[in-house]
This record gives sequence, C-alpha cells and structure tokens, in this order.
Amino acid sequence: MDIIVCIKQVPDTTEVRINPETNTLIREGVPSIVNPFDENAVEAALQLKELHGGKVTVVTMGPPQAAEALKTTIAMGADEVVLVSDRAFAGSDTWATSYTLSQAIKKLGKFDLILCGKQAIDGDTAQVGPGIAEWLNIPQVTFASKIEVNGSTAKIERLLEEVNEVVECPLPAVVTVVKQINEPRLPSLKGLMRAKKAEVKTLNATEIEGDPKNMGLNGSPTSVVRIFTPPAKGGGEVLSGEANEVVTKLLDKLKERKII
Amino acid sequence: MLDYLLTEEQQMIRDLAKKVAREKALPKRAEWDETGEFPWEALKAFAAADLCGLYIPEELGGMGQSVFNFCLATEEISRVCGGVGVTFAASALGSTPILLFGSDEQKKKYMPDIAKGKKLAAFGLTEANAGSDAAGMETTAKKEGDYFILNGTKQWITNGGEAETYTVIAISDKSKGPRGASAFIVEKGTPGFTFGKKENKMGIRCSATRELVFQDCKVHKSQLLGKEGMGFIVAMKTLDMTRPGIGAQAVGIAQGALDEALRYSRERVQFGKPISSLQAIQHILADMATQIEAARALVYSCARMIDAGAKNFTLPASEAKLFASDTAMKVTIDAIQVLGGYGYMKEYPVEKMARDAKITQIYEGTNQIQRNQIGLALIKELASSK
Repeated sequence: MDIIVCIKQVPDTTEVRINPETNTLIREGVPSIVNPFDENAVEAALQLKELHGGKVTVVTMGPPQAAEALKTTIAMGADEVVLVSDRAFAGSDTWATSYTLSQAIKKLGKFDLILCGKQAIDGDTAQVGPGIAEWLNIPQVTFASKIEVNGSTAKIERLLEEVNEVVECPLPAVVTVVKQINEPRLPSLKGLMRAKKAEVKTLNATEIEGDPKNMGLNGSPTSVVRIFTPPAKGGGEVLSGEANEVVTKLLDKLKERKII
Repeated sequence: MLDYLLTEEQQMIRDLAKKVAREKALPKRAEWDETGEFPWEALKAFAAADLCGLYIPEELGGMGQSVFNFCLATEEISRVCGGVGVTFAASALGSTPILLFGSDEQKKKYMPDIAKGKKLAAFGLTEANAGSDAAGMETTAKKEGDYFILNGTKQWITNGGEAETYTVIAISDKSKGPRGASAFIVEKGTPGFTFGKKENKMGIRCSATRELVFQDCKVHKSQLLGKEGMGFIVAMKTLDMTRPGIGAQAVGIAQGALDEALRYSRERVQFGKPISSLQAIQHILADMATQIEAARALVYSCARMIDAGAKNFTLPASEAKLFASDTAMKVTIDAIQVLGGYGYMKEYPVEKMARDAKITQIYEGTNQIQRNQIGLALIKELASSK
C-alpha cells in the first residue's frame, strides 16, 4: 500500500518567544525538529509498509530548510520525500496549508492512506489533517491510536477523552495519530547515509497548480489579532472551621458574588 | 576536543551511537547496575541502528571493516554506560577470531547474524588457573574421528550465556606446549556445553559474565578455526586487534566522568560561587581533560594504523589499552573528588563509573601484562635495528 505522511518542521522548544510587534514566533536561534506527533505518523506508516509492502512518501510544506526534517524521515526509512516550497506559500494559515498540501498530494499519484500527526506542537490547531481530507473529499479519522488495514478498508481505534472508539472506514482516507500509537524508531546508519545522498523533490506553486485565492497570506482567512499571555489566576480562598459554619460562609460568598 | 578530522560518515557513526546510547541506555543504566539485568533493550537498539557490524566487511553483512569506526561507537556507548559498552564490544572480541582465521564458509555462516546484531558472540580463553599465564590452560579438545571432544571450564566469559556463537581455545595436544592449543567455534545449545551462574561483579554489572562448562562436548572438525595447534596465535592476534576497543571503552568511561564533573562544578555553589570558578577544581578538571585527550589520541592513532593495514601493532595496541585504562581509573576517581560527598552516593553516576573503569585495567590482559608486552616489543625493536 502507498502511504503519504504529512509532516511539519517545528521549533524544538516549549519556551517559544513571540515577536510582540508581528505576533509571530521568533524562529532564529531555535533548533528545528520534526513535529513529534508527525514522527508517530511516519512510524505508523513504516509499520504498515513492513506489514503490507508498498511505499512511504513524506510531504511537507515549508521553507527550503524544511528539507532537513524530510531527511530525518528518510533516515527512519521513508522511501521518498517531497518539499512543497514557494514564497507564495508564506503566511499560510490552516486553510491555505491544507489546500496547498492537498494540491501537492494530487500531483503525487495514487495513494491508499494519508497519515498526519494529530496536531503540531507549535500551532496546536489539529486542523491541517482534517483540512486535507476535506480538500481531497475523502474520509477522515482523527486521534488514531491503532490502525489495521484490511484490503480497501481500515479499522481504526480513536483515543478520545472518555472512551476509545473503534471505527471502520474505506480507503483512501486521512488518519491523524496520537503519540500512544507507537514509539518512533531511531535513525539507522544505513538510513542516515541514504538521507545524506537523498534527493529532495521540490514542488512550487505553479507545479501544484494552486489557486492564489487559497494560498499564502492572502489566501488565509485567519488573521492573528493579538497574542498575549493571559494574566495569572489569583489563588483560591480556603474556608476552614466547623462544617455548618463553613457552609454558611460559602453560601454567603456565593450570594455576594451573585452566583446563586 | 582535538579535531580528529573525522569523515562525514564517522561523525554520523559517533553521533548516532551517542543518540542511541543516550535514549536507550542512559535512563536505565542505574537500574541495570543495581539489578544486573542484561541490557538486551540497548543492544537491540544498536542492532536496529546498524551499529553492530562496524568492524565487519560489507560482504559479510557489516558496514565496512573498520576498527576505528568500531572504537568511535564503543567510546560513545561506554561514555553512557561501561557495562553496555563492554557487552557491545565483547561481541567483536568473540567474532574477531572468525574474521581473522575463519574459512569463507565459517565467515558466511556466522558473521552476517553477528553483523546485524541478531546474535552475540563471546570469546573463551580465561580459566581459573590460566589468566595471565595462558600456559596453565586445562580445557582439552581430544580428537576422535571427525570430532573434537571438549572438556573443561572457561571462566569469567563476557556475554557467556547470552551469546549464540563462542570462540573457544582448548588444548588439543598437551605434548606440544604452546603449539598444542586450538581454537573452535562452538554454538550455544551444543550437547555437553552449559553455563555457570552469572557472576556478581564490582562494576560493569549489567554485562553477563559466566563460566562456559564443557563436558564431553562433541564439536565437528569443521568448527576448528585455522589449523590445529594455532589456538594461541588465534588468541594473541585477536587480542592485538581488539585492544584499541578496550582503550575506546576506557576513554568513553573517562569522558563520561568528566562530563559529570564539569556539569556538577558549574551547578554546585560554595563560598558564594560555582565551584568551577575555584582554581583547585579547575586544575583537577584540566588534568582530567588533558589525560583523556592523550588517551583518545593514542587509541585513535592505533585504530587508524590497524585500518591502514599495519602488520605488527602489538606495541601501540598495548600502549593504547594500558594508558587509556589507567587514565579511566584516575579520571573517574578524580570525578568523585570533584563531586565530593555527592560523588560517593549512588544517586550520582560517578561512583559507578569508577567501578566500571577498574575492569579495563584488568581484562584483555592486565596492565602488568601490557607492560610486559611493551617491554618485550621495545627490546625486539632495538635488537632488530642493529
């Protein structure tokens, strides 16, 4: 089976700094990594390939340096990598990103499954995977913790907050994975050597035949108005004493604040 | 650190070994040290990362025959855990006799699985009464038709019980003295071949050290390595080849101790400032770093000399093993001193490093034997230059 994995290169830090003027991330000086959930998606793809044969193609949209992230996945065992890169894509929100990726995927030929991480650790939107499914008009299953492929369908376990849900869905489909699905493998020496020599195929805006209305900053309906750190919540108040006394005090306070 | 002008591939090997060791061995090393659990988890990760066949030619499933590359990986693994490091390296020790003296058939049969890390190898030379004095060897191999019948006990064999492939030295003709020993490949599971209990050791505690017990163990003559009577030559040539590996292990342990001492000295505040700003501490750290670099330079130079095809390298191999292991012992003890009372506690890793370092002065020839070898080689060189 032929699997496409969409990944994102993200800054390797939980302490991201924001430029107060532009409200965007300050990327300089922060090392980049493959979004951790996307590594789970690559691992899931490699495991499915080991089971069913086929090919794993990893795609990312990003600046030229995102090729490094793609090479990391070759070292893990991905067969081919594609960088979708063009100045015209700059400033894309999840609408434009999912559109751009879906246009690129259309150019890659036949596929049985598209895997994504459940969300990126920088933006945390969890929208690009589902967005790709919508643009391609194929089913989507999010938060997968287990994927079993049987011919032209897949049985997928979804890790939800309260329950685990098992769904069956026809292929091709987009599946986004949670970290519980597997432990991503480390690179191998042969993989690293292959990655060093590997050619990263690049697709630009013209090659994916993208509609400018849906690409880049102008094609992005989202605008970031302001990013700020919410003020810290004050500490709570502890009422102590005899139960009767405390209940009375509590009721008074609730009434005082017009909660009851 | 000195720039050793590593190729891109060598940097990759070093960085990969470091990454795998840090992710798979670092979180477990204290627990493995405490329980003595064999580090299969780490070994499987090295196998998956293609690190098990660095010293094995590509046609036998390896990554190219390079003692140097093997040393780079051994050093980085030992920097995290000496016990895991020796387990990794002992498979090279056990399979080097096959690489050096095996027939094409033997190499094809045994090396690919070892190169891929599917199987471990072990080397059986030492006995209770034959340590530094190998002439005291009592294990016998009596020829009977197409078979040799092995009887006797090998002692303190690293990877014993865990390895699948054993290279064993035994006396096939006592009357011939040193020329009466032969080397054999013995597979785990051969009838008459069993193991003693796992030894409880001072250091490298997760590595497996067991007796190999042979009781009328029938080994087919096709398992003979080289010719009959070549057993000691097989052993000596093997040890020459693998000594830089012990040196690399020692350099790794020492570097690990320096890493800890440096980090601690920056964090520990006394007299109102980090102790790294005290000259007394700086001088200890400076000596540690200088000695480690000298040891590393010696080990690397020797490994490169071997890879370049040198015929006789007993002298530098012994020097590398001797100097690096003495350095590891000194540096790990110094690291404990830098950490003071904390260094003596098991919550910090340096006391383990000192326990791990001690064995490098003992195994694969004690450092006294290395000095004998070096002394002899010096006299030989002088005599032949006249």
